[in-house]
Amino acid sequence: MARAGKSFRRGWASGVAAVGLLLLAGCGGIPAGALQLPPESPANRQRQTRTFDGITEPALLAASAAVLQDLGFVLDESETGLGVIVASKRRSARNAGEIAGKVLLGLLALQGPQPWAEAQNIRVSIVTRPAGGEFPGRVLLRATFQRVVYDSAQRIILRQQLNDDELYTAFFARLAQGVFLEARPL
Amino acid sequence: MNRTAMVLAGCALAGLPGCVSGPNEKIFDAGSGQAQLRSVQSRTFARADPERTLRATIATLQDLGFVIDKADAVLGTVSGTKLAGYEVRMTVSVLPRGPGQVLVRANAQFNGIKAIEDPKPYQDFFAALEKSLFLNEQPAP
Repeated sequence: MARAGKSFRRGWASGVAAVGLLLLAGCGGIPAGALQLPPESPANRQRQTRTFDGITEPALLAASAAVLQDLGFVLDESETGLGVIVASKRRSARNAGEIAGKVLLGLLALQGPQPWAEAQNIRVSIVTRPAGGEFPGRVLLRATFQRVVYDSAQRIILRQQLNDDELYTAFFARLAQGVFLEARPL
Repeated sequence: MNRTAMVLAGCALAGLPGCVSGPNEKIFDAGSGQAQLRSVQSRTFARADPERTLRATIATLQDLGFVIDKADAVLGTVSGTKLAGYEVRMTVSVLPRGPGQVLVRANAQFNGIKAIEDPKPYQDFFAALEKSLFLNEQPAP
């Protein structure tokens, strides 16, 4: 009996220690290199940037805002003086296959349905700058997208920058149509 | 073994209140060594004007994987968020400091709850900003 009590206390203390240490780990620090230029930085810049000739910065920003509105984004911030527009939209992140899998897994484990990806916040910032120098009529535009995905219990399950080639190619094609100009790579 | 587990449990529980505290003390909590931290977070650049430095700051944040949240040319501030499994939010302010000089101050927080006080991330940021300012001096493509 005394042995069972001792074993229970040991188990309880170990459990509390594990939970406490896990919670403390949530207060952990920034990963090394988080603010270092990554090796893929030039490739990302190339993917996310296009140059436009024969247009002013404000006109290109206005066209970008119009394209974002066409895509269902809501404008959050703008600072024309620095060539910045920020927009976002919240959309479903549901995937029928994933939901079916999570429900099945829950049933098999006798735990009820497990949380699945439910919604996502997508944000984009558009930044323009004049090329200047020998190219007075040229404007560079860089777009960067990111998203936060929430599960069906409203917990964050994914935070990522979007670096898909197709996304940027499609976005710049829409923008080029909007300004009737060619969007050229860097 | 039992005693070790109990000590660990005690330490862990004693540490938990540090993560759950009232608002007032946290509003005025600037972390340890405020003057030293300000020095780590600040850098003066010569041969730079505020607008060019702000634009270089925005470009640097984008190079580092940030999406810009806000920018204000009059206040000289830019904020951005980086998402890479974790979240880093950063505000950078640019202030004129005499002719041809600007003071850049950056502060950042990690995963929404923790101020970044380690000098290394700020050194990395300023190294990247310096590179961007230098690149912007080169002829455009």
